[in-house]
Amino acid sequence: MVDLLYIFLVLLSTVATVGIAITILIFGMKYRRRHGREAQQIEGSLLLEITWSVIPLGIFFVIFVWGAVIYFQMRTPPRDAAEIYVVGKQWMWKIQHVEGQREINELHVPVDRDVKLIMTSQDVIHSFFVPEFRVKQDVVPGRYTTLWFKATQTGTYHLFCTQYCGTQHSGMIGDVVVMNPIDYQNWMSGGTVTGSLAQNGQTLFQQLGCSTCHRFDVQGRGPNLIGAFGKPVQLQDGRTVMADENYVRESILVPTAKVVSGFQPIMPSFQGQVSEEQLTALVAYVKSLSQQPAGAAGGPTNNPSPVVPAP
Amino acid sequence: MATTAVSVEPKNYLNAEYGIRSWLFTTDHKRIALLYLVSITAMFFFGGFFALLIRLELLTPAGDLLLADTYNKMFSMHGQVMVFFFLIPSIPAVLGNFLIPMMIGAKDLAFPRINLLSWYIYIAAAILYLVCIVTGGVDTGWTFYTPYSSLFSNTHVVEAGLAIFIAGFSSILTGLNFVVTVHRMRAPGMTWSRLPLFVWSHYATSIIMLLGTPVIAITLVLVVLERTLNLGIFDPSRGGDPVLFQHLFWFYSHPAVYIMILPSMAVVSEIVPCFSRKRVFGYNFVAMASVAIAVIGFLVWAHHMFVAGISLYSALVFSFLTFLVAVPSAIKVFNWTATMYKGSVSFSTPMLYAMGFIGLFTIGGMTGVFLAALGVDVHVHDTYFVIAHFHYVMVGGAVLGYLGGIHFWWPKITGKLYPEAWGRLAAVIVFIGFNLTFFPQFILGYLGMPRRYWDYSHMPEWQALNVLSTAGASILAVGYLLPMVYLFWSLRYGKPSGDNPWMATGLEWRTASPPPTFNFDETPVVTWEAYDYEKMPLPEQEVTLER
Repeated sequence: MVDLLYIFLVLLSTVATVGIAITILIFGMKYRRRHGREAQQIEGSLLLEITWSVIPLGIFFVIFVWGAVIYFQMRTPPRDAAEIYVVGKQWMWKIQHVEGQREINELHVPVDRDVKLIMTSQDVIHSFFVPEFRVKQDVVPGRYTTLWFKATQTGTYHLFCTQYCGTQHSGMIGDVVVMNPIDYQNWMSGGTVTGSLAQNGQTLFQQLGCSTCHRFDVQGRGPNLIGAFGKPVQLQDGRTVMADENYVRESILVPTAKVVSGFQPIMPSFQGQVSEEQLTALVAYVKSLSQQPAGAAGGPTNNPSPVVPAP
Repeated sequence: MATTAVSVEPKNYLNAEYGIRSWLFTTDHKRIALLYLVSITAMFFFGGFFALLIRLELLTPAGDLLLADTYNKMFSMHGQVMVFFFLIPSIPAVLGNFLIPMMIGAKDLAFPRINLLSWYIYIAAAILYLVCIVTGGVDTGWTFYTPYSSLFSNTHVVEAGLAIFIAGFSSILTGLNFVVTVHRMRAPGMTWSRLPLFVWSHYATSIIMLLGTPVIAITLVLVVLERTLNLGIFDPSRGGDPVLFQHLFWFYSHPAVYIMILPSMAVVSEIVPCFSRKRVFGYNFVAMASVAIAVIGFLVWAHHMFVAGISLYSALVFSFLTFLVAVPSAIKVFNWTATMYKGSVSFSTPMLYAMGFIGLFTIGGMTGVFLAALGVDVHVHDTYFVIAHFHYVMVGGAVLGYLGGIHFWWPKITGKLYPEAWGRLAAVIVFIGFNLTFFPQFILGYLGMPRRYWDYSHMPEWQALNVLSTAGASILAVGYLLPMVYLFWSLRYGKPSGDNPWMATGLEWRTASPPPTFNFDETPVVTWEAYDYEKMPLPEQEVTLER
């Protein structure tokens, strides 16, 4: 898709540039200064002006729509995409799989599967770029940004950081390894994994004392989080926001920013007390309370069962 | 004025007074223009030296010539010096300063002392920036993106930020001076519809300088405050927003692209009619295109941020507006080309630069269309494609226009002719060197080479194109040095140019070369349209040359 538009633009630019260049050269040769021939004064031509304003405008409009359609698809991940969490830091990529696997500067994904990356940075802005996939997204501290792709061929692809991030910016590179489903299963079952990301989140949820207020049995001092993720939330000040990853994240770090209607702003901030990876685990846990997980990267057969809240 | 020495030369702005004081305390716009010419040329060579080191490092995939930190400083300071200390002041502060009063038949700019003040402010800023370089430099990229610049960089961000903050005031004062001058100082009969397009384009530029520059000034101050006082403006852990910086930065820095290119368009709009012996095709459209670029140029800044995490719908709006701003640029290109039609074209040095400008600017503009197309931008954003694109606009466009203008008005500024053969040779060398340097970078970008990479050992296949680019850069360097040599040479040995060697129509050509201190002995009364080439005879040398 991207390449088709790219080639179209290359052709269009070539035609435009060569057209202008040839016209200039022809005019230069044909009307080269000669003795006894004078320039013919021409004021201009409204018709020509309108023509060469409207035609480019029309062409630009087509390119705009074409580019926008591609971008719309890039920015809209399929609902059932497998989710993988990415944390950028100077100067490495840290990957957390929902199943619990972690890797650095390597991202293993199955072929022919929609994969959605939920990314943040623990220091400066980075940018996640896989040229072969034609995808790129800045990774911004303090918020989650997302990117999705579907690799259609197995192999190893370059991963670059494209937002300048300091000394070893050009060393913040890695590989995306696209595997067939069987190899991916083998890779997934190898290594030592201490429970899924959501399970780690659950442990944190209890360690940090979240569970004392966010109760699941009776109404606690904080909202019950079962079924909360992915739904609109009515706020104290009358606004309604979507309970997405960024909302959960903000509610942990800056709890008073968007207080749920009917609750007191009593929750303490966890800013500085949880690392980006722990935040990711907490978000994954809160998410797991709401839905049959969208599906882990291993495909529908490998869905971890939702983490059941401790009674 | 009592003359003690017997002078054969008539009095002009160069020989009216002597001594260093007569330059440092001058309020003559022409002398101030020359002060700027010398200063920005010095800064250009600093920026060029940094570029040379960048290209040498990239000759081999491994990071082996410079340390990573040194390399990062090189591209940061190359960008900052070239943008803020060369390109932004280049044509406006030198040629605009010299020519605008003469083109409208005025004795000077509206505020001659403020004009001198703006040069001193520029010099103060440049010295502070040089101190920053000497004490260790800055490594934030020219863009100062937060939170890297505000919290993480260990380099002299504060000094660099303040230097650029100060330089901004120089730019604001120049813009202010031009706007007031064009409104208030036009000679009798010099109506808006008779203004040379050079003046129209500079008027549009001045509006951007006035409205845009305060925003970058405030933005850099905020970065400095966040660094020094730990304010949480851009720092997310204190509730700040790092992307806010990008909005503020590009709100100026995108229009700043038009500060750099509009004055070049101004130069081309003078050169093409003169060397085609024709009035410019579609005067009103070219003039209004400048204004349209200045206005729409303020509404497209977030097209630098399509992958920065802005919302889908704001990306759509900014993409659409970006396509709109391309239209007036296209109109200009078509009109310049049409101006040559049925003209009497001579390939003199300034015309070669102007033709080079039109071709390279077309490539720069069309590749801008690639970047405006959202889906394609995602892939090529922050790669060498972008580097190539903006160098086609800023070097292929702005610098070629600047060189063309310097050659075109050199006889007016100095009263001397430069050697034409050398001039044409240098123009061709610049054109070839430029294309060899930057065209391969489009391909590198499409292949995925990110910008600001010190080391590409993982992608050795990128080397061939990088070698071509470095080779081109060395040719380009020759093309830049050559005019330095023969223009200097012409000061002493050049043939006297006469008042109007090109037989151009502008008012600036209807006075002596070099002009007297107050430009005109009598205030001219204008009764003719701009570019009235019908009544203007051919230049003498040309006639004899072609015979």
